[in-house]
Amino acid sequence: MKYIVAIIQPDRLDAVLEELTRREVHLVTVSNVLGRGRQKGIAAVSRSHKEAGSLLRKVKLEIAVNDGYVQPTVEAIMAGARSGQIGDGKILVLDLLECIRIRTGETGSPAIG
Amino acid sequence: MWSLIAVTALVLGPRCAFAQQVGATPAVDSGDTAWMLASAGLVLLMTPGLAFFYGGLVRRKNVLSILMQCFTAMCVVTLQWILCGYSLAFGPDVRGIIGNLQWAFLHGVGGAPNPDYAATVPHSAFMAFQLKFAIITPALIIGAYAERFRFAAFCLFSVLWTTLVYDPVAHWVWGVGGFVREMGALDFAGGTVVHINAGMAALAAALVLGRRCGAASPPHSLPLAILGAGMLWFGWFGFNAGSALGANALAANAFVTTHVATAAAGITWAACDWLYHGRPTTLGMITGAVAGLVAVTPACGFVSAMDAIWIGLGASLACFCAVTFAKAKFGYDDSLDAFGVHGVGGIWGALATGLWAQKAVNPAGADGLFGGNPGLLLVQFKAVVITAAFAFAASWVLLRLVDAVVGLRVSEHEERVGLDLTQHREAAYTILE
Repeated sequence: MKYIVAIIQPDRLDAVLEELTRREVHLVTVSNVLGRGRQKGIAAVSRSHKEAGSLLRKVKLEIAVNDGYVQPTVEAIMAGARSGQIGDGKILVLDLLECIRIRTGETGSPAIG
Repeated sequence: MWSLIAVTALVLGPRCAFAQQVGATPAVDSGDTAWMLASAGLVLLMTPGLAFFYGGLVRRKNVLSILMQCFTAMCVVTLQWILCGYSLAFGPDVRGIIGNLQWAFLHGVGGAPNPDYAATVPHSAFMAFQLKFAIITPALIIGAYAERFRFAAFCLFSVLWTTLVYDPVAHWVWGVGGFVREMGALDFAGGTVVHINAGMAALAAALVLGRRCGAASPPHSLPLAILGAGMLWFGWFGFNAGSALGANALAANAFVTTHVATAAAGITWAACDWLYHGRPTTLGMITGAVAGLVAVTPACGFVSAMDAIWIGLGASLACFCAVTFAKAKFGYDDSLDAFGVHGVGGIWGALATGLWAQKAVNPAGADGLFGGNPGLLLVQFKAVVITAAFAFAASWVLLRLVDAVVGLRVSEHEERVGLDLTQHREAAYTILE
């Protein structure tokens, strides 16, 4: 079991979700986050005073998958989120120790899907 | 020496004229003037109302661009209006097409009433009242090109459009000697000049610009949109009842019909949603209310309160069909339904005036089809066709022109990042403190 975390551009969310659905990955948790990479963002201006700080809006996806779905999930995120420009984001793949479905008490692989 | 005297006379000239006007003001009625000034304020409030209505409906990354465009219209059109716009629209007639520039820079527009337009209020109050209409009309078009229009293009287009489309049409319909007015077409508060005009420009803008990138997104803040719709309803009493140009029974009639039509239209759209989509929606109800306000605008001073129910009901049915079926079928991206509500609602309102107008309500008006006079409906139809065709064609040409000069549309990257950040270097909301 793997836990896939992806940080992407907010406007790419729809495209990524579409690609995931096409590959039959339906379970996903999405949140709005702020973050920064090495690129400089577009700084806002307030009463002609340029604001410090360079945190940019990003969207974070979290997807728990069985091992066979790691490749399709990564492919889907790449396909949907890649523009080729700086700031496209990252995909992190982590080992997942356990998964428990609250309703039934199932554990492990069957609980993920 | 003589030249010095001549210069002094030139400088003093206007002030002397002003003094004479102040001396000739007994015809001014204080009640009418108070209502005219209050109405002008009410109509101005509609533009921020529209900003919130539209602003709530766009994505959060574009809300400031809408608010900025509406506020810019308030600033820019005001200056255009006093420099030349008022004179082009209402100044002394040139062949029924346009006003001349005799009143440019508000020359001669002072405290004395102009009996051709409003005999009991200062000419400057009438001018200020009409200015608010000129402000909101280009702002209405924003609904069609929201989320993808460059700010520079907005500024240039709005000034050109106000000067070359709004001002002439206002003259045709309202100006003394204007040819649509001479035809006998009835437009109490601006259904043709404001709504059909802006609605057709909106259709042209949606077609010229093309669709937005990506899938359609839900409104980012419906409460903001509902607040805006509420402000529009409130301000519209100035728009419609103020168009009586006096504090009198006609203003009261317009006030009541405006209110009734809006109520009927709001509940009708919600019912359509309920039947067609399974649930009544807040967005449907406020869209219906605005459609009702639009439709009753030309009719409010010519019809009774009972007729206003039918006008509101018909407005929601017509606009619901335009927004739900026609937009989907033809595929134009009228982002916030500026054409679907203002164009379609305006056309319905103009025709409805031809159906339900009655001299019993307003002796200066005419009887409509249901009063035994089918001729009025024909005249209304002609006025609609002329205005709609001109507004669409002229707006199309202007959009192409502005596109060639500064470019209408932001780049795809800018559209994805959002107009707030790319056009104004600001964000409406923060995520962290």
